[in-house]
Amino acid sequence: MSATKDPATSNGRPLVEVKELVKYYPIQSGILRRKVGDVRAVDNVSFEIQRGEIFGLVGESGCGKSTLGRTLIRLLPPTSGETLLDGVDVFSQKGRSLKAMRRRMQIIFQDPVASLNPRMPVSDIIGEGLVAQADKENRWGRRSVRDARVGDYLEIVGLRRDYARRYPHEFSGGQRQRIGIARALALSPEFIVCDEPVSALDVSIQSQILNLLIDLRGEFGLTYLFIAHNLSVVQYLSDRVGVMYLGKIVELAPVEQLYANPRHPYTVALLSAVPEADPRRRKQRIVLKGDVPSPANPPSGCRFRTRCWLFEQLGRPENCINEEPPLRDLGMGQSAACHWAEKIDPPAIRKAARESDPSMTGDMAEEAMAPHIAEPETRLTEDSQPHA
Amino acid sequence: MSRAMAATLPQPTTAEDQSGLLLDVQDLRTYFHVMDGTVRAVDGVSFSIKRGETLGIVGESGCGKSVTALTIMRLLDIPPAEIASGEVLFEGRDILSLPEEQMRHLRGNEIAMIFQEPMTSLNPVFTVGNQIAEAVRQHLRVSKREAMDRAIESLRLVGINFPERRVRQYPHEMSGGMRQRVMIAMALSCEPKLLIADEPTTALDVTIQAQILELIRRIQQDTGTALMLITHDLGVVAEMVHDVVVMYAGRVVEQGTVEEVLLQPRHPYTEGLLSSIPSKGMRGTRLNVIKGAVPNPFNMPAGCNFAPRCPYRFEPCPDHDPRIEEGGGPPIACWLWKRAPGHDIPQELHDRQVANARRAAEATTQAVSEAIPTEIVGRPVA
Repeated sequence: MSATKDPATSNGRPLVEVKELVKYYPIQSGILRRKVGDVRAVDNVSFEIQRGEIFGLVGESGCGKSTLGRTLIRLLPPTSGETLLDGVDVFSQKGRSLKAMRRRMQIIFQDPVASLNPRMPVSDIIGEGLVAQADKENRWGRRSVRDARVGDYLEIVGLRRDYARRYPHEFSGGQRQRIGIARALALSPEFIVCDEPVSALDVSIQSQILNLLIDLRGEFGLTYLFIAHNLSVVQYLSDRVGVMYLGKIVELAPVEQLYANPRHPYTVALLSAVPEADPRRRKQRIVLKGDVPSPANPPSGCRFRTRCWLFEQLGRPENCINEEPPLRDLGMGQSAACHWAEKIDPPAIRKAARESDPSMTGDMAEEAMAPHIAEPETRLTEDSQPHA
Repeated sequence: MSRAMAATLPQPTTAEDQSGLLLDVQDLRTYFHVMDGTVRAVDGVSFSIKRGETLGIVGESGCGKSVTALTIMRLLDIPPAEIASGEVLFEGRDILSLPEEQMRHLRGNEIAMIFQEPMTSLNPVFTVGNQIAEAVRQHLRVSKREAMDRAIESLRLVGINFPERRVRQYPHEMSGGMRQRVMIAMALSCEPKLLIADEPTTALDVTIQAQILELIRRIQQDTGTALMLITHDLGVVAEMVHDVVVMYAGRVVEQGTVEEVLLQPRHPYTEGLLSSIPSKGMRGTRLNVIKGAVPNPFNMPAGCNFAPRCPYRFEPCPDHDPRIEEGGGPPIACWLWKRAPGHDIPQELHDRQVANARRAAEATTQAVSEAIPTEIVGRPVA
């Protein structure tokens, strides 16, 4: 499953190309609603998704992953940047060509309760998109044609045909998510943004939906952008993974590579934080201090440095503070936005885990860390020594 | 109901104290009488927690784990709720029969609770200092001034910087992780003997979850508080608790130490739960799913609650109810593990289930990342 499907239908070009995408939300204040700043939800993000690929996007809440997913299919207007779907610019389309393009990219939302209109029967929920996209050829404007298609897609997602007459409240969470999937599929898209599609579901239902998404990809040759905060789900499903932090992609790699050999200190900490269902072993955990900084006022240089264990371990290097690290290619399809990515190895991780004293949590640690500034040299030499 | 007994003040007896049991829940049944009928949210649940020990209650939404906690805390509205039977012994006293007056003294003081959603459990119009101080003054005869000092102290204990300033803030001025720390601070302000944590980290991101779990673990070790942790996350369970109770549709289906339940799961539901968790070992294979959904609470199956979804179902399952405590044998509510009336345990089916369960456990315990070094620990909590 992990192998990317043969891009037979295209000339080897990625299906989705995101170039320097930026999405700011204005912060307004006062009676005149004057703009006083920006929330930099997505800040200069570039990546590609190959045809037939599942691209996983992980990050904590507020890192901009949902905004990114919605902006690139033009559910939100971008601030700047470009998205190409099959080589065609998504943001510059208008009128008929935009409508045709909307059909090719769909989205599945996280909350199966909030994303289905409680006053509409399922036939209308799924049929709404069909009505909007109706033309002479597909004849979706006709009720009978449309209802037949709604029924077909209900069956495809594992629901009964006659459920079309029911209302959302008559379904369980898992069934509602299936309706959301049927709605996206009914327009025969090529590309689907799955925005946390299983986060609101119980584990036993979650696995049913994941299986369904995998089956549908095979059946319809779909390409997914799979947004999630659950790292094991992303590992299970994705071919390539992007890790986001505070509006930026900080690491991008094939899934095996990312989980076996993370090259950004944030990815390392994130992976170490996942509790493991094995009572015999305990992961050496790097507990990050404090909370994510405000995206309205991100730190200078590297945005992760205020919580970065490597920054501390290396004695707070200058360039982390002054210079924003670009996403660098590190070989094997992996890239990371860290000046010191090469310094990450098991001894360094072990040391960081040892030093992230659990008794120092929250912003309390901030003070305690301050003395380290005074002794950068000693810490550097300490680090270069081999560890048992 | 045993309310009549409340006339005589229950005294903690030394005999029970010596048994080491802090909390002993026996055959608890909590029903809700609503318009459409009766929901048996908790239907015959028994477990116990020793002093300073940790117990995990695991199950999916609607299995009755939160209602169990609320029943113990006596926080349910009666009616529509009804405690149909059972007893909850806390240090030997049946707290279900305590007068409300005494219960109020116990609640917060000796048994404290942390809820899942810190935003909805804090009052938005009072400062956090006010709210903690209020809890302190409920239980200790101290001045307002002293109560506020205690609030500051407890915020410092949970790792909040500049607590003097933080006590004057309102909940909306804090992040989710910070609010959960406030909840923990409030719960711990009176040094309870038992802390009930209902999904304390479910609403938080993993890195914040790691902070909060470390905090709970540290405080639990420092103060010797017993912990009852309610969660659906088996990873959290593996890290935090000694003993595990697995609940399904209002009943306990499996009980054991964390090693037993996670490494040698026995009940088909536990097996299903483990095998539905995606992990590295399962990449490229289809996830094993538990078919169907939790039964309708108004219309529970006559026999085993899990029978309609169970792949190993055989003759006695639809009609006979396997109770965990009956018929001897291991604490597993399943006819594959105990002899049903008039039926032998089908050996071949039993063996197949054991093998599948082992396989599920092995796949689940595969680490998400190999890059992070692990240490071998005998027990999850030292």
